[in-house]
Amino acid sequence: MGRVEIHAITKLFGDVRAVDHVDLSTNEGEFLVLLGPSGCGKTTLLRMIAGIETPTSGDIVIDGRVVTNLPPRTRNIAMVFQSYALYPHMTVYKNIAFPLRARGMDEESVRKKVEWAAGMFKIGRLLDRKPRQLSGGERQRVALARAMVREPSVFLLDEPLSNLDALLRASAREELRQFQRRVGVTTVYVTHDQVEAMGLGDRIVVMSQGKVRQVGTPLDIYQWPADTFVATFVGSPPMNLLEQGDLLLGFRPETFLPADAVEGSEGIVTYPFEVTYLEYLGAERLVYGNVGEKSHARHVVARLPGSMNLPIEAGKTYPFAVARRDLRRFDRKSGLALPGGTA
Amino acid sequence: MSGNAASASAGEYGGIADREGALAKLLIAPAVVYIAAMIGAPLVLAILYSLSNATTGDPGLRLVGLRNYREALSDPVFRLALRNTFVFTIVSQTIVVVLSRILATALLKNFRGKWLVRFLILLPWTAPISLGTIGWLWMYDSIFSPIDWVFRYVGLLGTKNALFGFQTNMYWLGIPGLSMASVIMVQAWRILPLATVIQLAGLSSIPKDLLEAAEVDGATPWRRTLMITIPLTLPITSIAFLFGVVFTFTDLVVVYVLTRGGPVHTTQVLSSWTFFKGIEAGDLAQGAAISLFMFPVLAVVAIFILRMARRTEVV
Repeated sequence: MGRVEIHAITKLFGDVRAVDHVDLSTNEGEFLVLLGPSGCGKTTLLRMIAGIETPTSGDIVIDGRVVTNLPPRTRNIAMVFQSYALYPHMTVYKNIAFPLRARGMDEESVRKKVEWAAGMFKIGRLLDRKPRQLSGGERQRVALARAMVREPSVFLLDEPLSNLDALLRASAREELRQFQRRVGVTTVYVTHDQVEAMGLGDRIVVMSQGKVRQVGTPLDIYQWPADTFVATFVGSPPMNLLEQGDLLLGFRPETFLPADAVEGSEGIVTYPFEVTYLEYLGAERLVYGNVGEKSHARHVVARLPGSMNLPIEAGKTYPFAVARRDLRRFDRKSGLALPGGTA
Repeated sequence: MSGNAASASAGEYGGIADREGALAKLLIAPAVVYIAAMIGAPLVLAILYSLSNATTGDPGLRLVGLRNYREALSDPVFRLALRNTFVFTIVSQTIVVVLSRILATALLKNFRGKWLVRFLILLPWTAPISLGTIGWLWMYDSIFSPIDWVFRYVGLLGTKNALFGFQTNMYWLGIPGLSMASVIMVQAWRILPLATVIQLAGLSSIPKDLLEAAEVDGATPWRRTLMITIPLTLPITSIAFLFGVVFTFTDLVVVYVLTRGGPVHTTQVLSSWTFFKGIEAGDLAQGAAISLFMFPVLAVVAIFILRMARRTEVV
């Protein structure tokens, strides 16, 4: 149970193609992350899976059943909203009991299930409170409990961590991942935060302008971006792109190092690196500068580990290099990655 | 003032604009004076009159104790008016709450000509009430009523087996019971625009997320209305209701223009009876006593309004 298939889904808002011919399917029990900049259509796609939005064309299949035009209550899905959407006039208990009561479950079973869900998220002592008496983290747990209480076959999350402060977000991310592993419910998670996506996802779906640009494991997405959009959207700082004829050469900032430090069995490519600016960030050092001939795309960033105590100054030129196996090639016109990858 | 404060060396002598306590008193003063002069003074005067034997011909204050209250209570017309006031208010405002909720729900949707419908619904509120009521006087005319005309045309009236009888007219304002229903309908028509606007504000203040969450949580449209929309808009609906109650409880225009309390006092309400007794019959003291019977009811309603207003703030 818990397989979502999306067949050629398109959603138009007026003339705007919010979601443009998307095909996608989840594996059972998978944690799938939809990642993209705001306005890329990821939330719209999630809302169509939930049934809050109707696709303009295409089909949504959940557990082998076409649900495209069915209302949300027939889909056995649960969703956590960015705002959590807790019912403000109900206590935590009633909030969690709401989906159960909506299905006409008897009060005794409702009580047992609510206590089970509250125990799972450690919010048992909050059951008599109203949402306004809770902290951000507690609200998020209540929202998760409300979603999980009826054991849905698919779990949808719309940026559920974005309202938490940075410290809480890291621990909530870890908890969420462990929890999902434990219950094994297929999860579709929307975020614009690549760190969240990399940390949480079994697979990541990178979206831009309504289209899916790449689907893959965090490692694939990072190491083998399908096009220049993915290459520059994922990773901070993004992948360096250098023009070379009809090609764009790409390499990650952490692979661009002083020539002595680079070793590659398949050889290395050396560039004179004209340093313009330095940033010391504690664990690492970011070195900005230019390489090669004067052209549009020659600005690159190198990321040196903080432990590398090499003296580097702005205004000077140093020999830097990339191992050949870390080079990626993209078509300059289409932006698509070229097969073979290494240059 | 602020200019003076600025020119003083480093704010050594702050102007009144810098002293929050004094400034607050100064700014609130006009409101206090206004309330004291326009509400406090007449209220005190009304209480004094109700304890005297003043008339319009001789408004001097000679106190006679609670005689006027005893007389009012022993008057069968007063007791009828008291009962009618509650019926008139509660029935008309219940109708208003139900209709305004339906209208507001419809107006929340997008459709062609929405602005026109909104304008037409607001129209009764902007028109002078006496003018609108005179229009209704014609609608309810015992001979030329267009409502009767429509009823006759569709066969509900004026033939042997017609639903509303064989007579040619309904006599909306001439039959006890029916006349009360008629004034209630006009009062409801009159308060409806305000209530609709208030309800519309309440409905549009519900976050869309909540209704979508309820939808995903498996609630049917009926359940969403009952469990989410109605509870969340209850405070503001109550405010709409209580405002309507205050307006209706104290109003005499509709009754005065349509029926003058008739036939035989069956539509008499406290405010119209106050007017007839105190002004037209000249017994100021009696009029004041009758009108003061409204005071406890209105005080309770006012307390409820304030409590509801606080609840809307909290949620």
